[in-house]
Amino acid sequence: MQDDPVIRVVTKVLIPAIMLFALYVQFHGDYGPGGGFQAGVIFAAALVLNAVVFGLHRARQVWPMRYNLMGVSAGVLLYGGTGVWSMLAGANYLDYFALKADPKAAQHLGILLVEFGVGLTVASVMVALFFAFAGRLTHIRLVAKTAAHEAADTEASRAGDTA
Amino acid sequence: MGMFTVNAFLLLLLAIIAVVALRVHQLFALVMLSGAFSLTAAAQFVVLDAVDVAFTEAAVGAGISTVLALATLSLVPREEKPHAIAPLPAIIAVAAGVLLMVSIGDLPQFGAADAPVHVHVAPDYISGSAEKIGVPNVVTSVLASYRGYDTLGETVVIFTAAIAVLLILAGWTRAPYRRENEDRNSQSTRNIEDKAEDAG
Amino acid sequence: MSEIAAHWNYYLVIILMMLGFYAVIARGNMVKKMVGLNIFQTSVFMLYISVGKINGGTAPILTGDPASVYSNPLPHVLILTAIVVGVATTAVGYALIIRIYESYGTIEDDELAVLIDSDEDACERANTEPA
Repeated sequence: MQDDPVIRVVTKVLIPAIMLFALYVQFHGDYGPGGGFQAGVIFAAALVLNAVVFGLHRARQVWPMRYNLMGVSAGVLLYGGTGVWSMLAGANYLDYFALKADPKAAQHLGILLVEFGVGLTVASVMVALFFAFAGRLTHIRLVAKTAAHEAADTEASRAGDTA
Repeated sequence: MGMFTVNAFLLLLLAIIAVVALRVHQLFALVMLSGAFSLTAAAQFVVLDAVDVAFTEAAVGAGISTVLALATLSLVPREEKPHAIAPLPAIIAVAAGVLLMVSIGDLPQFGAADAPVHVHVAPDYISGSAEKIGVPNVVTSVLASYRGYDTLGETVVIFTAAIAVLLILAGWTRAPYRRENEDRNSQSTRNIEDKAEDAG
Repeated sequence: MSEIAAHWNYYLVIILMMLGFYAVIARGNMVKKMVGLNIFQTSVFMLYISVGKINGGTAPILTGDPASVYSNPLPHVLILTAIVVGVATTAVGYALIIRIYESYGTIEDDELAVLIDSDEDACERANTEPA
């Protein structure tokens, strides 16, 4: 698939559009259908498309696995941290009214932070899952290749012994 | 009536897809049918007014989960050994279905506005979302604000699932299992290597 | 008859659910079990969403019109998160299938049972009859 110019060019046009749509779904979730869960999956779909068309190796250069690990933890941490912030502000855990003076602005801020945390976690989890599954094929290929080399080596040494 | 027609059509389509999925032996076809099932289910969620759920089901069920299943199929055999219909599981499934159908009669009528589920907290959520929270999408305000603990728990669950998959798959482990004495298994081990060669 | 007319949606959903349930409990290919689980799970989601539907209602996104009726948003919230959790747990299932195939060379349930039995027998024999 890497060699087909049509697929390559179309993918290059599509990937930024998909990422932009993910951000729209993320931040427009208050007013229309959408939110962190959907946005995370759509953002991950852009990176999975990149990996499918340009190969896992290239995708891992663009988006290393450590970004996923950081994203997974940072999202949960942001969600939990919002709750801790509202506790520090003197209210219950995840009670957003304490975050700002204006109640509606406070709720908006809290929902925005929490949804962003969800989106970050979901996007990183989905990309990490795909990398883990696709990386297993590379792993098996390497194991098979190593086994073949070892077999060839023993064969060669045995041939040397008899000679 | 319009909704009845569309809904019944989609449910019929779903039933056909499910029956074909049970009968097919090519796993690639099976996975694509699974994606088709999710996409049709997403259409049905739109008919039932659950636009957020439809959005998620289309992105997750038809998108990511199909991709993961295809990634799995690149590592395991792509054809299933044919099985006859197993009598005991079939009897259990039919019996469970009959029991559920008998007891479903106790539920309020489909689409009734005065069902208990609609008069408890839901009206508070709908009015509160406009007055207290100021977020027009009620699903978002319930998800992130009213039931914030719930969503925190769900986020931690997917966090845990990702860690589990990475622990299962990402490690460098021993070579594929070999049993030289048994033809069937050395056959399948060779299968992996052939596949790896093809891909490489 | 009126009984069926009042609950027709639930009956159809239960049929779907049992098709998925059969695929999960019948012995067979593990990938098929996962797909069956997906069908089962999606049918349960449909049951929840059906419960939240109100005749003549619209999607729970406020329009500002006081006369409009909204379907119940609570099942939507529960199912929305359940879908994403569902795919995460499905991924764990697929990962286990891959590792089972790497270790035993089969993903057919019945063949696997035979292999595990013979492995256990071999272990027992090795323990009871020291060479």
